[in-house]
Amino acid sequence: MNGILIAAVLVLAVLAVIQIVRIYELSSVIREEDTALPTPEDNDRQGFWMLVFGIAFIASFFAMVYAWMPDTLGLPASEHGPQYDNLWDISMGIIIVMFLIVQPVLFYFAYKYRGTAGRKASYFEHNNKLELVWTVVPAVILAVLILYGLSTWSTIMNPSQENEPIVVEVYAQQFKWTARYAGKDNDLGNANVRLIAGTNALGVDTLDAKSADDQVTPEIYLPVGRPVVFKFRSQDVIHSAYMPHFRAQMNCVPGVPTQFQFTPTVTTADMRKDADMVAKVERINAVRAKAGKEPYVFDYLILCNKICGAAHYNMQMPIVVVSEEEYAAWIKEQKTVAETL
Amino acid sequence: MAAEAHAHDHAHDHEHHDHPAPNFWNTYVFSTDHKMISKQFLVTGMFMGIVGVFMSMLFRLQLAWPEKKFAILEYFLGKWAPDGVMDPNMYLALVTIHGTIMVFFVLTAGLSGTFSNLLIPLQIGARDMASGFLNMLSYWFFFASSVIMIASLFVETGPASGGWTIYPPLSALPQAMPGSGAGMTLWLISMTLFIVSSLLGSLNYIVTVLNLRTKGMSMTRLPLTIWAFLVTAILGVLSFPVLVSAVLLLMFDRMLGTSFYLSDIYMAGEALHYQGGSPVLYEHLFWFLGHPEVYIILLPALGITSEVIATSSRKPIFGYRAMVTSILAIAFLSFIVWGHHMFVTGMNPFLGSVFTFTTLLIAIPSAVKAFNYLTTLWKGNLQLTPAMLFSIGLVSTFVSGGLTGIILGDSALDINVHDTYFVVAHFHIVMGLSAIFGLFAGVYHWFPKMYGRMMNKRLGYAHFWITFVSAYGVFFPMHFLGLAAVPRRYYTNAEFGMFDNLQDINVLITMFAILGGIAQLLFLFNFFYSMFRGPKASQNPWKSNTLEWTTPVEHIHGNWPGEIPEVHRWAYDYSKPGLSEDFAPQSMPIQDGEEATGH
Repeated sequence: MNGILIAAVLVLAVLAVIQIVRIYELSSVIREEDTALPTPEDNDRQGFWMLVFGIAFIASFFAMVYAWMPDTLGLPASEHGPQYDNLWDISMGIIIVMFLIVQPVLFYFAYKYRGTAGRKASYFEHNNKLELVWTVVPAVILAVLILYGLSTWSTIMNPSQENEPIVVEVYAQQFKWTARYAGKDNDLGNANVRLIAGTNALGVDTLDAKSADDQVTPEIYLPVGRPVVFKFRSQDVIHSAYMPHFRAQMNCVPGVPTQFQFTPTVTTADMRKDADMVAKVERINAVRAKAGKEPYVFDYLILCNKICGAAHYNMQMPIVVVSEEEYAAWIKEQKTVAETL
Repeated sequence: MAAEAHAHDHAHDHEHHDHPAPNFWNTYVFSTDHKMISKQFLVTGMFMGIVGVFMSMLFRLQLAWPEKKFAILEYFLGKWAPDGVMDPNMYLALVTIHGTIMVFFVLTAGLSGTFSNLLIPLQIGARDMASGFLNMLSYWFFFASSVIMIASLFVETGPASGGWTIYPPLSALPQAMPGSGAGMTLWLISMTLFIVSSLLGSLNYIVTVLNLRTKGMSMTRLPLTIWAFLVTAILGVLSFPVLVSAVLLLMFDRMLGTSFYLSDIYMAGEALHYQGGSPVLYEHLFWFLGHPEVYIILLPALGITSEVIATSSRKPIFGYRAMVTSILAIAFLSFIVWGHHMFVTGMNPFLGSVFTFTTLLIAIPSAVKAFNYLTTLWKGNLQLTPAMLFSIGLVSTFVSGGLTGIILGDSALDINVHDTYFVVAHFHIVMGLSAIFGLFAGVYHWFPKMYGRMMNKRLGYAHFWITFVSAYGVFFPMHFLGLAAVPRRYYTNAEFGMFDNLQDINVLITMFAILGGIAQLLFLFNFFYSMFRGPKASQNPWKSNTLEWTTPVEHIHGNWPGEIPEVHRWAYDYSKPGLSEDFAPQSMPIQDGEEATGH
């Protein structure tokens, strides 16, 4: 019955539109105007709406920035984070300036030069000087951005090895993360998916002497201020270890080892006390309270950021950044491969 | 001139050859006439567009209200939405097929197929494509490919769902997800046919543009539409075969147990035999097509816009030579930037630097194009037709979306926004919206040429404004989701407390998506109503300079009843001083007292 009603309403709606269109057409015939070409009134009206849109567009841009920027990531928690954010701010600044110049000009022109009867457009087909200007100026700006970008990229990708980084394997599978610490020798033992059996879920090679002191853990603890190098492995499909608060991301590719190094600089406890974070968590918890959910407590996370199957949307692992002493205490508690396998 | 001689021969053919008597089959179905093939591409593309857009509305419902039950979901998705709640596998299938359909079937075949076919012969002054038969084959391969893609929606295990980029191993192993079973096989077959269609079409376009131009139609007098279609076709010919090889190797891995892309895999309780392959190889092959593909989509839209903006501004396009050079520069660069999709794959950081460099270079020709459009509007006498509004909309989205490319093309910055909603916002605005707007501009502008009738302009205005506002309403807020680190392709964000305060944004986006989707009904209605009931078009309704408007309103085989007109000037002599009218068709000889401008 509902279906019939909906169909009837649709048919009626289409008929109504047809009638409206025909009325327009008939009235146009009476007024002896070309139904297709815009009349001067059309140009006035559409030009006016272009201007209105341009203003509303820029206004809503600022409204969105005002309303939503506080809900974005905020304070970076790694050593390279501020450099990343600085490059981001400069690039973003440049493109926002360009955006705020070009969009208003576009909509203003659409309004200002709307067609009127009896006016002839200017025959202006090229101007080498102008064209040179807007080739060279973007080229110079981009040259600066490229140089600055590449130097930042090189800093992030070739981190200093002075302070020996802690080696942690991040192991990905549908749909969970597992960590393996390299242990006292700070050297991961070999592993291979063909060795996966029983409790040896990571396929660690127990015959490899380096693996004996490795520690497999369901979450990651990191000491603040110490570099850590993550070695990524996936056992099934491509995953991506996305650690947005640290401005870090690397794909985990089966058969292809990858790695990413950074130094955490803010402990989880300190981040929870950060004023912006406190405000953000309050807003989150206001939403959660309404939905009857448990309050949220901030944690650093690894999120999966490469489509990996049905539960891709819920593949996460906390990262806890703590003081050197807390880390030492925690890592001592973790069982080694020699103890568990 | 060889081209001229050939054109005349061709005319000769048409006058004296025995054509089979026109009947329903060879007129409407197996037609070799480029005008009919163009309509076939358009209508098929529109159908696929309806499917693709409708899918996006379904998954937007899921993203805005993940826990709610929607009867409509169960109605359309059946067992994939028990009790009106979407299955996560179906969510991934919808985003995958939405992407595939929109990128390939709507914005490649629907856009390029329609307008290259319609405009290349008409605007260069040719009787038809170089090979009408190959042209027909091109459509029918596309049709078969569409049928198979649609059929894949109905297989038991669901359609392909590994994302439109179908990265292995996810797409290679049926154990990885249900969609990687029969659905993926059909996807691969469909895409292979699609590529055949695209190659047949592209080769035909290239040969036609290079060989069949009428007398006087030098390359520097070609309308920018034709330049765009020509360069697009070249891009397609050089890049699509690489996708065939990628797809072929993937089929080998799936069916013959080879290890091109697979190695060290443990799945469903067992270690698989694959050894030595690399999924990254697939990514390289895929994006070697994938990035030029972006320009295969975008360039025709920019070509259409150039034509519509010049005609409707009653002004020459500003900086014609710079525009052509930009098209060529963008096309060249598009082949050496694919790695910017792979900054976080673990690729050598030095390669990342190279790709950052080449990628950011594309901003220069793109900026030239944007500024040249602005200057074309400057001091124009803008006739704000629906086509013109969509073209202005395109310039706006091209700029908004292009600018964020400067962020994403920078390897360092890409690290933290890669695969987030920031990327979704970027490519939908710069490529999706721009190309769709170009498609709409083209349909509104050339509808009188295709169907001999005019579309209703008031419905066109309403369609434009609702579409434009909701398009920005959908995609602009996504930048902020990206800045809050929301990954794309998540079935729901509810598993992460850190995203709970962003749910309002998702609701807003979905409302705009539904509004924008429904607004397309205005277009569909206008299109089909005007096809039969619209007011009859005059021969040159927009007072345009290009040759297609010198053909009769009624379509005839061979396009011009008599001789093909000779070309005496470039396509952009609008409002030229010394002429009484504000336009000068390309076929009009240079008048006394008219200044020669070097074209």
